[in-house]
Amino acid sequence: MSFINYAAREINCKLVYYGPGLCGKTANLQFIYSKVAPTTRGKLISLATETERTLFFDFLPLELGTIRGFKTRFHLYTVPGQVFYDASRKLILKGADGLVFVADSQIERLEANIESLENLEANLAEQGQKLERMPFAIQYNKRDLPNIVSIEELQTTLNPRSVPWFEACAIKGTGVIETLKGVAKLVLTDLKSRT
Amino acid sequence: MGTLGPDLILYEEEARRLSAALQKLCQDAKARAVFLIEKSGQLIDAAGETERVDAMSLASLAAGNIAASGGLAQLLGEKGFNVLFHEGERDHLHLSVVGQRGILVVLFDQRSTLGLVRLRVKRAAEELANIFADIARRAEQEAARAREAFQAQFAQITDEDIDNLFTS
Repeated sequence: MSFINYAAREINCKLVYYGPGLCGKTANLQFIYSKVAPTTRGKLISLATETERTLFFDFLPLELGTIRGFKTRFHLYTVPGQVFYDASRKLILKGADGLVFVADSQIERLEANIESLENLEANLAEQGQKLERMPFAIQYNKRDLPNIVSIEELQTTLNPRSVPWFEACAIKGTGVIETLKGVAKLVLTDLKSRT
Repeated sequence: MGTLGPDLILYEEEARRLSAALQKLCQDAKARAVFLIEKSGQLIDAAGETERVDAMSLASLAAGNIAASGGLAQLLGEKGFNVLFHEGERDHLHLSVVGQRGILVVLFDQRSTLGLVRLRVKRAAEELANIFADIARRAEQEAARAREAFQAQFAQITDEDIDNLFTS
């Protein structure tokens, strides 16, 4: 849900990073946090277990700058990827203006990617929304690992509609900012096209 | 407005009214600070000693808290848990749902009491719910005008504008 405050001249949008457990959603936010100037970001909040698995969500507010006199803020959230945290995922998903699906490129995680993507669509449907009508990008993460599925196969399996996609190695930061930029562009274009 | 349900658009008149209501509540409840948050975690406004608190983080965590409590309520067949209270050693938080889509957070210490906060929140909640209703009514009645204003502001956004956001 974008929040436009004419009094304070602000646009606030919510981005949600979705994907299977250990695919690198938190790593995306951690890299963004380490990369952007401290003046443009708030605290990175991680509600995680003792073993650093996301329990509820990670949150990072970013102030990107001014667009047509309006301060543009993006609130980045991750969902917990593990299958049994579905109730929490539904809560975080509410009010999202844009979505990034972080896919784990490793061969043995292909099924988990498919399952998570189906779960995303089901949870959106419960809220009366459709993935194809939302600003949505896919990130193929862990491209630096040896045992990975080819981009062609990932595209066929996970991205039949050919939404914008990015190759990444989130731990090292490769492709992370490009993904953020790509989805932010989709969200702002969507906002603009609603007029 | 897209597929995601209505956006929250706040105009100056309602923004002023919300701000005045929050300041009054902060004084009447002898609170350190009060925050008004949208249920998806966006901070709408705040009053009191807000400079010592990371309001944006507070907003997202409070919204998560209310959302989780709502989930628990559903599990039990309850309509919702509309009030939450967190008691600390020094500071306490009173969270309540106002006007369907708002969350009111009152931060207070030994200068106030839970009873006083509850009483004042109850009164303020009515006023805030009225303002939210006016915001919704205005959105409905002035949909055409709002679209025009929106268009004047945002339809001109170019790819270059968006690119520039990432160059600084």
